[in-house]
Amino acid sequence: MDAGDIKIEVKELSLIFGKKKAQALKMLEQGAGKAEILEKTRCTVGVNKANLQIKTGEIFVIMGLSGSGKSTLLRCLNRLISPTAGDVIVNKVNITKEDNKALLETRRIEMSMVFQKFALLPHRTVLENAAFGLEIRGEDKEQRLQVAQEALESVGLKGFENQLPSQLSGGMQQRVGLARALANNPEVLLMDEAFSALDPLIKSDMQDELIELQEKLKKTIVFITHDLDEAIKLGDRIAIMKDGVIEQIGTAEDILKKPASDYVKAFVEKVDRKAIITAGSLMFRKPNTVTLEKDGPESVLRKIRESAFEVLPVINKNKVFEGFIWLPEVLKAKKQNAESIKDFITTTCPSVYPEVTVEEMLPLITNTKSSIAVVDEATGRLLGVVTQTSLVIESTRFNKEEIVELKEQASEQ
Amino acid sequence: MEKIINIGEYIELAVDWLTDNFAPVFDLIKNVGNTSIEGIEWLLVTTPFYVVIALIGLLALFKAGRGVAIFSACGLLLIYLMGFWVETMESMALIVFSTVIALVQALPLGIWAAKSERVERIIRPVLDLMQTMPAFVYLIPAVLFFSIGKLPGAFATVIFAMPPAVRLTALGIKQVPADIKEAARAFGATNKQILFKVELPLALNTILAGVNQTIMMALSMVVIAGMIAAGGLGEKVLEGINNLDIGLGFESGLAVVILAIVLDRITQALGQSNKKKVVSLSNIFKRK
Ligand SMILES: Nc1ncnc2c1ncn2[C@@H]1O[C@H](COP(=O)(O)OP(=O)(O)OP(=O)(O)O)[C@@H](O)[C@H]1O
Ligand SMILES: [Mg+2]
Repeated sequence: MDAGDIKIEVKELSLIFGKKKAQALKMLEQGAGKAEILEKTRCTVGVNKANLQIKTGEIFVIMGLSGSGKSTLLRCLNRLISPTAGDVIVNKVNITKEDNKALLETRRIEMSMVFQKFALLPHRTVLENAAFGLEIRGEDKEQRLQVAQEALESVGLKGFENQLPSQLSGGMQQRVGLARALANNPEVLLMDEAFSALDPLIKSDMQDELIELQEKLKKTIVFITHDLDEAIKLGDRIAIMKDGVIEQIGTAEDILKKPASDYVKAFVEKVDRKAIITAGSLMFRKPNTVTLEKDGPESVLRKIRESAFEVLPVINKNKVFEGFIWLPEVLKAKKQNAESIKDFITTTCPSVYPEVTVEEMLPLITNTKSSIAVVDEATGRLLGVVTQTSLVIESTRFNKEEIVELKEQASEQ
Repeated sequence: MEKIINIGEYIELAVDWLTDNFAPVFDLIKNVGNTSIEGIEWLLVTTPFYVVIALIGLLALFKAGRGVAIFSACGLLLIYLMGFWVETMESMALIVFSTVIALVQALPLGIWAAKSERVERIIRPVLDLMQTMPAFVYLIPAVLFFSIGKLPGAFATVIFAMPPAVRLTALGIKQVPADIKEAARAFGATNKQILFKVELPLALNTILAGVNQTIMMALSMVVIAGMIAAGGLGEKVLEGINNLDIGLGFESGLAVVILAIVLDRITQALGQSNKKKVVSLSNIFKRK
């Protein structure tokens, strides 16, 4: 790695919460663990001798269970918390040695942060919130509102400028949080579980948008999550933390294939199996559909030909899922000169809600050859389809025995 | 019963020492204070009563709604018709002066208490004492320092009325969510910027609730201060008691009640008006 590529470097960084820091630090250097130090000194180890290098323009994900020190490590990067030992070097400048004034400048210019619970000012409008960083920096009003306006537009919030945060949904509030960070035009974005408080579908949208934005903006992003799925989707590289220690740093592939420790292995497997991977995140959105009231055999046939699938989902005019229609059935309908395909659709087919996991979906494919429809719980509308192929790809992360077992369980029921 | 410990003696000694050594300071305070109070009084009394009533009515109309506005106007008119207008304005002047002085001290103190646990630990028992001590007791040092009149009345009132404003300011600031403060810090805000752009605006409603309570307590104390010749409605109430004049007592008491309700409703509404705006806007949003 060329040194010029490195935006942030963390060297031997330790952070200890509590009174007897010196004693705890000494024990840490002698190799004592978090539990032992807590017992002997009543100090909590937040971060334990972390080393990492974050490259310019990458999305670097820090992942770990609750309490593993992710937030603490992130807050050391802009010194919201000052490290007990070690160095943080941003753009070749050692942040840990900066005086107060230089530190404020770093926060105002080089790094912006996005928070899990949005942390917006409730008494200010969306626009004023987005301009907050610039206001702190001391830019004049006209200028900052204009920049904030542009930032809001870039996250798709045009038209919401004069609303208050409480009038927006969680996803939109976090867009404001993102716009506030982008308005400062920093080189580094620090995102602490920025999407964790959002609904699965909105979360997935936000992830897509972040990736899209990143392609344009090429920021250096440090993103914290406890969600493996999210880490894999967003991260160019992923660091896994446990008890303040960085256990492994690598690409998603590295971590899934060659877990560096039993912990990482367990973590990866556990997350996999409990399957945060849901129908909502796996589904193919906006599939080609057939509308029951509208499409006759001819037009269905054309759609099937166009989409190159043998089977298409059928919805009614309210977009409520009705079933699947298979090619042979369409041909039959055509032969019989049927007006409508109503009597030819397969209605005994599985459909799931977006939050259903791969694990739960797997048994369903034993009884059908079609894709699985994903429908909205409240309205029954079709949201997308999960193809068998993608399910199988997901499930190859399971052992063969487990798949057999799941299938057996399913057929017993 | 025999006294074994004589705290009163030490308090007396302390007050004596203060009056002996700081007499010029007390005189200065008294002069400046009296001049200010009389200035406010002059303004309120020389303005025609209907103008004062109209202004208060309008304020109520815009901030608290039609009901409060009508009540305020009718109530104040009744006071005028009962012949207590000048006394009421005198009491108002004393309330305004005392409240301003109380707030000037209470707000910084409340902010300090919110920021420093040690300060809070020291202040809290003092506030408890100030609030639970029978109100009459404050009249004694007030008279000793400043003899009788309006300023000693204001002095006692300030001490009595200050605690809720300190408490609620501290409470309001402590209630500001930590993550919002952290966000401000992460964007490079200084402590001063955090105070003025985040903490005070978010604590505003709670602080205004404290202001409301301070005003109400000031009103009750101003009546008591009638005992040391502070003038106003208090003196009328006292006159009613002394002469066992039930008519006078009732009328002046009624004037106090009207004044209390008017001040309470209007200042309460001030605290809620920004909240209400938020609520009604979000309702509009939902209906869409
Ligand atoms: N202010 C604090 N004082 C004392 N201990 C703290 C403090 N903040 C965090 N800790 C401790 O430090 C450790 C790391 O906490 P941190 O918040 O960094 O974890 P995290 O990985 O971000 O967890 P989460 O997913 O719950 O946000 C935990 O054991 C926590 O209890
Ligand atoms: Mg955290």
